[in-house]
Amino acid sequence: MQPTFTSSRILLPVRPWFIFLSLAGALLLNFLPTAHWPGVPDWVALVLCFWSVREFRRVGMGWAFVLGILMDVADGAVLGQHCFAYVLLAYTAASLSRRILWFPLAQQALQIMPLLLLCQVVQALMRLVVGADFPGWGYFIGPLVATLLWLPATFILLLPQYQPVEQDPNRPI
Amino acid sequence: MAGINHAPPPFFKQGPAPLALLTFYVAISIALFVVDLRFRSLELIRQSISLVVDPVQRVAQTPGSLVDYAASYLQGMRALEKENYDLKHAQLNITPDLQRLAHLEVENERLRKLLAVKEREKAKGQVAQILYTARDPFSRRVVIDKGQQSGIVAGQPAIDEAGVVGQVTRVFPFSAEITLITDKDQAVPVQIVRSGQRSVVFGLGKGQLELRYMPANADVEVGDLLVTSGLDGVYLPGFPVAKVTNIERDSAYSFARIFCVPIAGVENFGELMVLDPRQTLPPAPPEATGRTGDSGTDNAVRVKKKRPARGN
Repeated sequence: MQPTFTSSRILLPVRPWFIFLSLAGALLLNFLPTAHWPGVPDWVALVLCFWSVREFRRVGMGWAFVLGILMDVADGAVLGQHCFAYVLLAYTAASLSRRILWFPLAQQALQIMPLLLLCQVVQALMRLVVGADFPGWGYFIGPLVATLLWLPATFILLLPQYQPVEQDPNRPI
Repeated sequence: MAGINHAPPPFFKQGPAPLALLTFYVAISIALFVVDLRFRSLELIRQSISLVVDPVQRVAQTPGSLVDYAASYLQGMRALEKENYDLKHAQLNITPDLQRLAHLEVENERLRKLLAVKEREKAKGQVAQILYTARDPFSRRVVIDKGQQSGIVAGQPAIDEAGVVGQVTRVFPFSAEITLITDKDQAVPVQIVRSGQRSVVFGLGKGQLELRYMPANADVEVGDLLVTSGLDGVYLPGFPVAKVTNIERDSAYSFARIFCVPIAGVENFGELMVLDPRQTLPPAPPEATGRTGDSGTDNAVRVKKKRPARGN
């Protein structure tokens, strides 16, 4: 059976301030003390990946770089570690966006998983190569949880773009 | 409506090609990574970004600390009474020692003067609160609530009520980062109390420490206490660092593997004391050729060895 383009119902155009707000919110979520719990996803990576897939003309590698450097400073990590991973994530997400959006949500999540995992693995490799301590396998559970969160994240982040329930018959779109 | 000014996608003018952009950003990231790791010359950038990030981070930490505060506030009367009793008991226990300490210090000073030995430095410092552990899962660091504004500088040692916790490695305007002694390859020069032998203890990253470069037949026993030797010019001598828990002697290797656990509550939250930097040590005598001592001199020798190689 041919897949249909069901996942992309006609939406209102995205508002730039909402993108900014969601990315800032994700950053704040990352700063919460819950970050040490195993399996807590990297919220910035998730939201960044979402916007890179949906709106790659607005959210690109420049955003990824800035968010990355903010995360590096906040983490006390080596500068450039998150930058590199996020830029790579934004690039792959943007280049795969036309394919990913063709699938229904569950399968989208499946395609997002390798990207988020890549983001984490790249960071781990960068640090392990220069002789850091292995953080344990719990570090790689985060992306899997983030994959599960792709569905609710899509719903929440697209909420402002859904059409109003009462349609205007004069403007069918 | 936002839809009205919605422009059609630009067909021809799309900015630089994605691949070019990717190359550009990746190059910058890797350059940052290498420069920060090897040359540590980006502290100014880090500090200025932290001015923006730090307040946000503190706000984000607030709910957690409020819960902690509420929990401690609602703690029962009995628990407080017990703690009070324990503290009084502990104080009474150490009172005889403390009362004699002042006397001993004076006597020590006088005797040292008689022997014309340099006087011992006194430990002074300021109490700081641990704000949060740094999020980086690859290292063991904590962030404290005092920074450049309180005169903290990189290199100051930090202790808690039991022993050495770590060392200030980065200073921001209103906070500072302390690398714990259990961080991988964080080194502390130590001395074994029982035998007086000097060595260097390295962090293993798993809440453990390892005493390296001790010969397989070295006089070390399980339960030995390690204190700072004070040879590095960073830590004052005599602070407890670790206790030996496990020794693997294998005749196939020339060194014994000696594992220790830190004495201070290194990975717990709480308050700690950041000691003032030590007075500058007298200049080291010129290096003897072919003999290396502790880590400090070892480093110097390594640098010296490199130089002729570069010249060739």
